[in-house]
Amino acid sequence: MASIQGTRGPGRIRGTRTRGIALHAVLVVGLLLSAFPFYWAVVMSTHTSSEIFAYPPKLLPGSHFPENVRNLFHSVAFFGSMWNSLLVAGSVTFLVLFFDSLAAFVFAKFDFPGKNVLFALLMLIFMVPAQLSAIPQFVIMAKLGWIGTMTSLIVPAAANAFGIFWMRQYMRGAIHDELLDASRIDGANFLRQYWHVALPVVRPGLAFLGIFTFMGQWNDYAWPLIALTNPDNVTLQVALSQLNGTHGTTDYGIVVTGALLALVPLLVVFAIGAKQIIGDLGKGAIR
Amino acid sequence: MATALEKPAPTVAGLPAGRPRTGLRRYWHLYAAISPFYLLFLCFGLIPVGFSLYVSLHRWDGLGPMEWAGLSQYQYLLSDGDFWQSVGNTLVIWVLATLPMVFLAMVTAVMLNSAVRFKNVYRFAYFLPNVTSVVAVAIVFGSVFSTNFGLVNALLQAVGLDQVAWLNTPWGIKAAIATLMTWQWTGYNAIIFLAGLQTIPSELYEAARMDGAGPVQTFFRITLPMLRPVLLFVLVVSTVTGLQSFSEPQVLLQNTANESTFSGGPGHAGRTMVLYFFQQTFDNNDFGYGAAVAWGVFLVVILFSIINWRLVQRRGED
Repeated sequence: MASIQGTRGPGRIRGTRTRGIALHAVLVVGLLLSAFPFYWAVVMSTHTSSEIFAYPPKLLPGSHFPENVRNLFHSVAFFGSMWNSLLVAGSVTFLVLFFDSLAAFVFAKFDFPGKNVLFALLMLIFMVPAQLSAIPQFVIMAKLGWIGTMTSLIVPAAANAFGIFWMRQYMRGAIHDELLDASRIDGANFLRQYWHVALPVVRPGLAFLGIFTFMGQWNDYAWPLIALTNPDNVTLQVALSQLNGTHGTTDYGIVVTGALLALVPLLVVFAIGAKQIIGDLGKGAIR
Repeated sequence: MATALEKPAPTVAGLPAGRPRTGLRRYWHLYAAISPFYLLFLCFGLIPVGFSLYVSLHRWDGLGPMEWAGLSQYQYLLSDGDFWQSVGNTLVIWVLATLPMVFLAMVTAVMLNSAVRFKNVYRFAYFLPNVTSVVAVAIVFGSVFSTNFGLVNALLQAVGLDQVAWLNTPWGIKAAIATLMTWQWTGYNAIIFLAGLQTIPSELYEAARMDGAGPVQTFFRITLPMLRPVLLFVLVVSTVTGLQSFSEPQVLLQNTANESTFSGGPGHAGRTMVLYFFQQTFDNNDFGYGAAVAWGVFLVVILFSIINWRLVQRRGED
């Protein structure tokens, strides 16, 4: 911590270069701490289980990655689970983008009786914790016969308070009333205004919500663990957890290989939208 | 209501004004557009929350008939040592994770703010832990903290210290979970703090420098007060998410105990409130008591959110 104080020390005009180097040195240490578990996962995925627990530990990648991948595909329905995850995350993202932006458009740009009450209710719902509704949700799903299917994950997530709030804030600034008035004079109805006037100008906001939703659904674990009662038909995160927990001792080479492969689609999505996500996250917090 | 006053002259109405229409006919498309969320909420939010209150007043295994129990589930909850242990576990883990996290995130943000080059590279790398799934992270940390030849113990051995049975002792379990959470959330919070720092006008810092304020003084007199709304946001979010931690202890400890995957490791030292809720409900099939536990968790989370809120607010009045 001494170095941090040093970097901000007063009266060292000529020391800016040294200060800059010290600053980056500390930041790089933080970066290495952030990155190390990823590196360690790569190391583990390329070794056999006995190599992983050897002493002294092997700190460099080994050569058993193909073998671990083969074993992984043998011990769990990896591609089936990945397809389930893609199906759930993809459908939820699509539905959330449509329903949330449509509702947000109404809240941002129109007046109607009961609007304030409905919006206050929306914000209240934002605060209700998930486990309060977990039991009844499970019972309702069981009655509907959805337990064990991907429907039990997709339907309750199809619209959410966060997304409506987020898109409303975004639309208030981005959609100008003159544009709406002009389109109405041209005879555009409500849906046309939504599709042709609102959506084109809020694409960045939609991109953030889409990426955020996809990542959240891809990583979701608690509810899928409860709702997907058939162990052969689960999402990736539940499959990974099964692989980690069912055997008495974990074969880390295989499990970590699975965890890394499960991360790949997510990293692709994150890399595409990283700038957006990181920038907008900050803006959302300040608002 | 304000809406009644607005009725005669709507600012932006969906349809051109002309002949008088009744409210529902005039605005039906707007209600239709917002209805999906409210319908879903009704089915999977409001009815469930009401229903969970109803369930908590009964004895119920989820299948058979319900049996009226009045407030006895809540009475039992108050005297249930296991529940209070889980409250204690949750709070200890939350403190162990949140204090270093907020401190490190703020330090990181201040440094990032004064760094000119590579800012985007740092932001990307610091955010990466938060993108990863808790399941994957818990698996990797489980091996790192493994008692036999995990990386942490190998390091301890290399420098001549005693090994620690991380996932077998009460404090080891809590430390491992807290480390995992700190790793996953520090960068995320640093980026939020950074966004807050960037809104502080640089004239304030100029003025402080003219007055001869040192860096420490500047931090406590300008940076911290200006950052208070963001600090409040970070604290409330980490209270609400941290006190409801489930996946971290569940994945990390699911194969260290034999009885249940929700048991939270040896001595239940990692059994958080939500883990206890899952164990009572879905392992013991005690839906009635589970619902009471869920309401208990809700109250604890609300209580601590309010406490945090007031702490940060009051500091602002000084």
